Amino acid sequence: MDDLYRENLMDHYRHPRNHGTLEHPDCEAEGKNPLCGDEVELDVEVVDGRINAIRFTGNGCAVSQAATSMLTDLVQGLPVAEAAALPSQAIIDELGIPLSAMRVKCAVLGLGTLKVALHRGVGTPLPPEWGADDDEMVWG
Amino acid sequence: MTGATPQELDPTRIRADFPIFARQVHGQDLVYLDSASTSQKPQAMLDAMVGFYSTSNANVHRGVYTLGVESTDAYEAARDAVARLINAPSRREVVFTRNTTEALNLVAKTVGVERCGPGDVIVSTVLEHHANLVPWQVLAQATGATLRFLDVDDEGRLQLDELDAIAREGNVRIVAVTHQSNTLGVRPPVEELVRWARAQGALVVLDAAQTVPNRPVDVQALDVDFLAFSGHKTLAPTGIGVLWGREAILAETQPFLTGGEMIRSVALDRTSWNTLPWKFEAGTPAFAEAVGLHAAIDYLEAVGLDAIDAHEHAITEYALGRLDEVTGLRIVGPPDAAARGGVVSFVLDDVHPHDIAEILDRHAVCVRAGHHCTQPLMQRLGHAATVRASFYLYTTTAEIDRLIDGLHDVRRVMGV
Repeated sequence: MDDLYRENLMDHYRHPRNHGTLEHPDCEAEGKNPLCGDEVELDVEVVDGRINAIRFTGNGCAVSQAATSMLTDLVQGLPVAEAAALPSQAIIDELGIPLSAMRVKCAVLGLGTLKVALHRGVGTPLPPEWGADDDEMVWG
Repeated sequence: MTGATPQELDPTRIRADFPIFARQVHGQDLVYLDSASTSQKPQAMLDAMVGFYSTSNANVHRGVYTLGVESTDAYEAARDAVARLINAPSRREVVFTRNTTEALNLVAKTVGVERCGPGDVIVSTVLEHHANLVPWQVLAQATGATLRFLDVDDEGRLQLDELDAIAREGNVRIVAVTHQSNTLGVRPPVEELVRWARAQGALVVLDAAQTVPNRPVDVQALDVDFLAFSGHKTLAPTGIGVLWGREAILAETQPFLTGGEMIRSVALDRTSWNTLPWKFEAGTPAFAEAVGLHAAIDYLEAVGLDAIDAHEHAITEYALGRLDEVTGLRIVGPPDAAARGGVVSFVLDDVHPHDIAEILDRHAVCVRAGHHCTQPLMQRLGHAATVRASFYLYTTTAEIDRLIDGLHDVRRVMGV
C-alpha cells in the first residue's frame, strides 16, 4: 500500500497547502462526494483574470483532501479560463498514484468544486458533468 | 472458533465449494468480508445455471415443446423451493422480482397507493436501507399520507416509545421495517412492532434481505404481510429477488408492471390479469437465475440455516473481541454479539473509512466503506461513513485475524 499512500500524498493530507477561507472571495463553492461523504469548500480571489488566492477547507479521505491541496498549488496564478479547463488527468498526474474508478471521484472532487466556483463567480464555462445536481424530492 | 455451535459448521470445508476462494488478490489469499453487500457463489449454484442453459434453455410458460416444459418446470420448482424456505402457506404468494428493492417498490406502488391517502400514516425507521425508505417517501408524496420514522438510540437499537403518539396522528396503514440493519447488524424488535401494527390494522412490510441468507425465516411465525429478499445475498445470482405477500392482499391488488406473462387475455379494448403469482411477473422472468436460486437454497438447507446462524454469531463474537484490541477503533452499533447478526461497523480514530478500505485491500481484505445505503442512519449516529465487515457461512476466524493485522497496518500507514 506504500505505493498508494506515499509520502507526498500523506504530506499534503497531514499538512494541507492553502488551508482556510478568504474574507472576500470572488468565487466560492462547496463540493460533496455523496458516495463516501468527502467534502471540500473552496474560496477563490480573482485579480486581472487570474487566480490570485485560493483557500480550502474540508474533510474526507486522504486522496480527496491531498488532491485538493495539490490542486490549490497547481492553479495558483493561473488564468481563470485555464483553471476552469483543467482536465481531470492533470490532478491524477499530480497525485502520481494508481487510482481505481471509485477513487478517481475522490481525486477530482476539489477540481470539480473549483470549476463550479469559477463558473458561479466569473462565468467560466461549466460542462454538465461538473454541474451541481439540484433534482431533489421534498415530501410533506 | 470460540464456543461450540449446535451443528458445528466447518467453514474451511465450505470454502472448498466456492471457487472464488481459490484466487489471490495482490498475491495473498482472498479475505471476503462483504457478504452483507453480496454473497459469494458455490460451484453447485454455478453448475445448476450452466446445466440449465446447456440442456433446457427455452422461455417459460409458452413453449409446448420439451425444452419449454422443462424450463417452466424448473422455474416453478424454484418457486416451491422459496415457499419451503420461508414457510409460505402457498406458492401463489411467492413473486419473483429483480431484487429486494424492486419487491419493496412493488408493494409501495400497488398496495401502498391503493391503501394510503391524506390522514393516513406510514411508519418506517431510521435504521432502514434506502430500499425500504425512499419508496415510502415517494408513496407519502404521491398519496398525501404522513411518513413517520422510529428513532434509534446511540447504538442503533430501535426505540418504540413514539408508537402511541404516532397512533394518534391518523390511521396507520403500513409499517415498513428491516429484519436486520445492513449497516449495524442490529436486529430490531420486529415481534413487538408486528403486535402494535396488528392493533392498528396496519400492514407490515419486512425487509429480510439480511436475514433470509443466514437464519431460519418463517413468514407465518413472523406474522408479517409482506417480506422481501434478494437472491444475490443468498448464494444465488444477481437479477432475482423475492416478494412474499399474503394471498388475500395480493389477490385484490392491481398489477405492478404490465405486459406479457401477467395477462390472461388481451383485446384492444380490455385486458384481464393472470392469476397469482404471475399477475405480478410481467415480461420474461429471470428463469435461469431462478434455477440458480433453487440450487442456492438447496445448498443452504443442506448446510442448515440454524448452523449458519450459530456460526455467524460465533464469528461475530470473535470479531468484536479482536476488534476491541485495535487502539482507536470504535464499534458503531451494539458492542455485544447479542441481538445482532454477522455485520460489524466501525471507525478508527479520524482515519477516513475509504482510506481504511483501500489499505485493507492491499492486504486482500474486502470490506465496505461508506454510508451503506443508510444515509439517515449515518446522520443520526453522527458519522459520514463507517467501515463495515460482514460475515457468512464461509467466514473463518483466520480471516478475522487478517482483518486485524490489516487494521494495525492502517494505523502505521496513516500515522495514528
